Amino acid sequence: MNIVVCVKHVPDAQADRGFNESDNTVDRAGVDGLLSELDEYAVEEALKLAEASGGEVTVVTIGPDQAADAVKKALQMGADKGVHVNDEAIHGSDAPATSLILAEAIKKATDGNPELVITGMASTDGTMGVVPAMLAERLGLPQVTYASELTLGDGKVTIRRDNDANTETIEASLPALVSVTDQINEPRYPSFKGIMAAKKKPVESWTLADLGIDAGQVGLANAWTKVVEIAKRPPREQGEIVKDEGDGGTKLAEFLAARKFL
Amino acid sequence: MFELSQDHQDFRALVRQFAAEEVEPHVAQWDRDSHFPTDLVPRMGDLGLFGLVVPEAFGGSLEDSDGGSFTNLCIAIEELGYVDQSIGITLSAGVGLGINPILTYGTAEQKQRFLPDLVAGRALAGFGLTEPDAGSDAGATRTRATLDGAEWTVNGAKAFITNSGTDITSVVTVTARTGEGADGRPEISAIMIPSGTPGFTVEAPYHKLGWHISDTHGLTFDNCRVPQENLLGERGAGFKQFLKTLDDGRIAISALALGMIRRMLDESVAYSKTRTAFGKPIGINQGVAFPIADLAVMAETATVLTYKAAWLKDEQEAGRRSVAEVKKAAAIAKLYTSEAAVTATRIATQVFGGNGFMEEYPIARFYRDAKILEIGEGTSEVQRMVIGRHLGLPQG
Ligand SMILES: Cc1cc2nc3c(=O)[nH]c(=O)nc-3n(C[C@H](O)[C@H](O)[C@H](O)COP(=O)(O)OP(=O)(O)OC[C@H]3O[C@@H](n4cnc5c(N)ncnc54)[C@H](O)[C@@H]3O)c2cc1C
Repeated sequence: MNIVVCVKHVPDAQADRGFNESDNTVDRAGVDGLLSELDEYAVEEALKLAEASGGEVTVVTIGPDQAADAVKKALQMGADKGVHVNDEAIHGSDAPATSLILAEAIKKATDGNPELVITGMASTDGTMGVVPAMLAERLGLPQVTYASELTLGDGKVTIRRDNDANTETIEASLPALVSVTDQINEPRYPSFKGIMAAKKKPVESWTLADLGIDAGQVGLANAWTKVVEIAKRPPREQGEIVKDEGDGGTKLAEFLAARKFL
Repeated sequence: MFELSQDHQDFRALVRQFAAEEVEPHVAQWDRDSHFPTDLVPRMGDLGLFGLVVPEAFGGSLEDSDGGSFTNLCIAIEELGYVDQSIGITLSAGVGLGINPILTYGTAEQKQRFLPDLVAGRALAGFGLTEPDAGSDAGATRTRATLDGAEWTVNGAKAFITNSGTDITSVVTVTARTGEGADGRPEISAIMIPSGTPGFTVEAPYHKLGWHISDTHGLTFDNCRVPQENLLGERGAGFKQFLKTLDDGRIAISALALGMIRRMLDESVAYSKTRTAFGKPIGINQGVAFPIADLAVMAETATVLTYKAAWLKDEQEAGRRSVAEVKKAAAIAKLYTSEAAVTATRIATQVFGGNGFMEEYPIARFYRDAKILEIGEGTSEVQRMVIGRHLGLPQG
């Protein structure tokens, strides 16, 4: 089974993240980035499936030059090849445009016949979580999302989705698109050998023109949604100190009740 | 010259992430409990840390590294040491004292028997040179091994042996007198004693000032018998062999100490920005800022000395540099960096004030862990002796 995994290069959540003041897009240049943590689960799941079934894993990313690092990390973990779509016109693209580019890249990478596409459940920067569904739609594939367990059967894929109140077991025919949660596995660390091997693995670099996409379909100017304003969260206020003069418990209860915790 | 290659940087990023995620969250507890995390060792093996200088044939990745394999090992030790010194020394000793002698002097059978498990992190090995009465003067070894029939009978004791008593320790190589040379000086050889051999007792762990997570034991040998083929390397070459082993180990200790200095620098910078006294962050005072500036100088100097020595070692492996150059650079790096590390922990503790004395902060653990760096793998005095010899000073 050949598997395509979509991965995203995101600003490091540990770093001081911010937005570009000029256009309210995520500042990707000014911070250290990395392979989105939630996508590591998708890569791990693909590697496990490919190891068991003998297929190849291709990782696809969209992003500026630094995004190549996300592909590199996935290759270091063990993926076989990478695709990096990089075009200035992509800057500021929203979810529909992103799914369009991913769909065309996946088609090109698989000669139009993807067998299984795996994604994370959301990116750790945008956290919209809608790209998998849009992508499945564009590729005309059944979508099974938020998988906490994934098994491949004869021409079908079965997933377990854990909800608050129940657990669903869902089946879809292959080819299909699956998005996975952070409960599905424990992503491996690369090894030294993996790091060295990754250097020799093929990575395709494609522009919009390579994918036959018109720049007018993507980018900030053509986005369906727009971030109008960004305000920093106000700094945390000093906590309230209750002095216990025998009525500390009552005061604490009143404090919590006033905030509807009781 | 002044930047590590992209491969080295990628590898550093991997070890840094592993150390931050898999080691950092647990070290305070492990240190408090003097707990050796056996389960972590195979995970370090999965990353390839024990196999960096080992050929593919035994599960290592030597051929992959484009000649910079020892530098990679130093990077791994530095990054682990940044998070915890005990875990750093576990790797350093595991490779430098455990794997290296077997790899360098072992027969094909010995290598095949021990190396694959050691490289995978399924096993650890120790090297027993020091004795209760022979440390700096390691040639004064009293442990004896006599060959009768096809077996060595070993009698004696070793002191302070790292990785010698873990649940997964497979073998300890010890130096022993195996006779007398023609000049009347003792003939010293190295002999491999597998764990569990009758007559080989691993004594209770030491109560140490620092390195609580690292495994250290005294060893006793009471008519301990091992097959003749457990001789490691040439008979009578034991002294020469361990001197060579120590050179590499000294660069590794320098890398370990460097990790500590960098940590003290980062902790001190962060703390001096947030801790306030007299209504201002303490870092605004020159009395606090200057010693922190000194930490930055130490980190920089230690980096250059450590990686120059590591580079020389890699070049020497490739036949482009002499052993003497490596020896001298190793002693200089180890001497400077270990002494700077001790100073660095003292400075950081001072910056942290009372909190620096509390185990709730990592500084105290590093403070306790620092002193051994000036003692293990040759004391500071021994390093000065080595450097003096290389300067051609008169020898007594
Ligand atoms: C935690 C720990 C782990 C260790 N792990 C190992 C291990 O895995 N394998 C192993 O073989 N050993 C190990 N050692 C031993 C270590 O290498 C020795 O402790 C060290 O070499 C010093 O030897 P010593 O303790 O006998 O001190 P001594 O040799 O007794 O020295 C005492 C003092 O005298 C000084 N001194 C001695 N001779 C001279 C001289 N000629 N000129 C000037 N000063 C001199 C020394 O520098 C030192 O300051 C370990 C030690 C510790 C504490």
